[in-house]
Amino acid sequence: MWLYILKRLLGLLPVLLGITLLVFCFLHLIPGDPAVVLLGERATPEQLSALRERLGLNQPLPIQYLTFLGNLLRFDLGTSIISGIPIADELKSRFPATLELSAAAILVALVLGIPAGILAAVRKNSWLDNLMMTGSLVGVSLPVYWLGLLLIYLFSVDLQWLPPSGRISVDAGFSFQPITGFYVLDALLQLDSNALKDILAHLVLPALALGTIPLAILARITRSALLETLSQDYIRTARAKGVPELWVIPRHALRNALLPVVTITGLQFGTLLGGAILTETIFSWPGIGSWIYDGIFTRDYPVVQGGVVFVAIAFVLVNLLVDISYALFDPRIQYR
Amino acid sequence: MRLTQRAVQRFWQSSSGRIGLGLAIALILLALLAPILRPYDPTTDRDYLARLTAPSTAHWFGTDALGRDVLTLVWYGVQTSLVVSMVSVGLGLIVGLLLGLVAGYFRGRIEGVIGWVTDILLAFPSILLAIAIVTVTGPSLPSVMVAVGIVQIPIFTRLTRAMVLSLKEQEFVQAVQALGAPLGHLLCHHILPASLAPIIVQASLSIGTATLEAAGLGFLGLGAQPPTPELGTMLSDAFKGGYSLTAPWTTLFPGLFITLIVLAFNLLGDGLRDGLDPRSSP
Repeated sequence: MWLYILKRLLGLLPVLLGITLLVFCFLHLIPGDPAVVLLGERATPEQLSALRERLGLNQPLPIQYLTFLGNLLRFDLGTSIISGIPIADELKSRFPATLELSAAAILVALVLGIPAGILAAVRKNSWLDNLMMTGSLVGVSLPVYWLGLLLIYLFSVDLQWLPPSGRISVDAGFSFQPITGFYVLDALLQLDSNALKDILAHLVLPALALGTIPLAILARITRSALLETLSQDYIRTARAKGVPELWVIPRHALRNALLPVVTITGLQFGTLLGGAILTETIFSWPGIGSWIYDGIFTRDYPVVQGGVVFVAIAFVLVNLLVDISYALFDPRIQYR
Repeated sequence: MRLTQRAVQRFWQSSSGRIGLGLAIALILLALLAPILRPYDPTTDRDYLARLTAPSTAHWFGTDALGRDVLTLVWYGVQTSLVVSMVSVGLGLIVGLLLGLVAGYFRGRIEGVIGWVTDILLAFPSILLAIAIVTVTGPSLPSVMVAVGIVQIPIFTRLTRAMVLSLKEQEFVQAVQALGAPLGHLLCHHILPASLAPIIVQASLSIGTATLEAAGLGFLGLGAQPPTPELGTMLSDAFKGGYSLTAPWTTLFPGLFITLIVLAFNLLGDGLRDGLDPRSSP
């Protein structure tokens, strides 16, 4: 098993190097002098020259790449042009917000998607099955940013049930102090029920918007995996032996059918990190996604570069964890 | 019964396929007829006295902040979205097909290099890769087409490579090789036609994802630039202009039509899979 993990890690190295190479090229492919790109057209020749010297932009490209790689290993991704804050500090403070939102979205997808898929499979070809599958097809076709706007309109503006943006009410009057950056966890640690309610209320709409596509995908995967398992001989044997249907589905069929669901859940989690850019923008969620969005608009290229490389590496590592967990869950997979 | 006849029959038996085809044809006709049937001009007809008016008989989908008719903008937006997604998928398909053929047939070092590049491109969440590309090339429709097309390349490369690898071992390919057929003939007349079915299915599904990605770039302000009407850009204008919640028709209709385009090609893809590639149907 450990050998398998080591091999997968080694296999990942060329991909990680490729990602860094691509992201390094990013700044150099933008038309014009990288120093002008970074400081803007109004920069004085002295400022430009100082930046070139500081960032080593007058060095040959291979040296610059090696420097970039070395800085990356030390988690030094430069500083934001606009705010002057180191990119690494921003990433550290914003990553928990993105991770919390992605986890909540996956939870929505699991809690609603798996039962929907099971119902559809158990009632195959019924109106319920058709309804679930049509719903899931519409779900994968929805643009998240549009769904987000509709949810805000319905639940925040019209019904006024839930807050439209942010992670926590600014003027709520409770003394909540972030500790880990994961607000739900922080509220639990501080045993602050008012803050917890407020934080959860802020989390519902973005999690629903972001979780809709994984929800739809999970419902479809659960249905097809369960249908395939239900057609196996051992299920027929269990039924022939008189095992009640309410026992056959959860005890015999679902356990095997859930393996592909685990994989898809993991892969979707990685995808959510990218999808968060649009959702966070709509809900003013202070995570990495909305930060990259702001970076695009203010032409803060180090922010875009740092955000892209961070999310890409996180995406690759999440996918690796999924691969490893799949091998752990399914003993039929050989560690080659 | 011939294979193609059986495939057509299976396609017609699939309700997804029939609905998807009908919806896709309707949307394509809508896009083609936009210049003929348009009620207003999308760029020049502005009624500043009727800004942000709700849907009425004069403006079925209401008007936006510049007094433009939302129906006309959506109509042209559908045209833009379809052109962008089809061109992007075409680009991804052609490049991916060529790379997949080369990697699958020649194997060896070239397969390693193509596999490496494919792995790197797949290592980025698709919208993030598209954002990075458009940030470099500058926001415009051609940039969006290239960015979304590049995102599609690894999908087609992997699919084609897998098909070629399995086809190479088939007896009919070995027989053609033994008869001394030139490589180009073998690839174009035997391997490529035999691997087309899953590629056509993927192309239809990819049009759906390309539409979402292109509209997403438009929403981020990286797509079509004013005054070109584009569905994602319309949502972005309403959101950034702060009138998306006070004048919901400015967001409702563009989003609805993005969903309809994606839904049409997803359904069509499902139907094509039922017809052309029944073994992989869920």
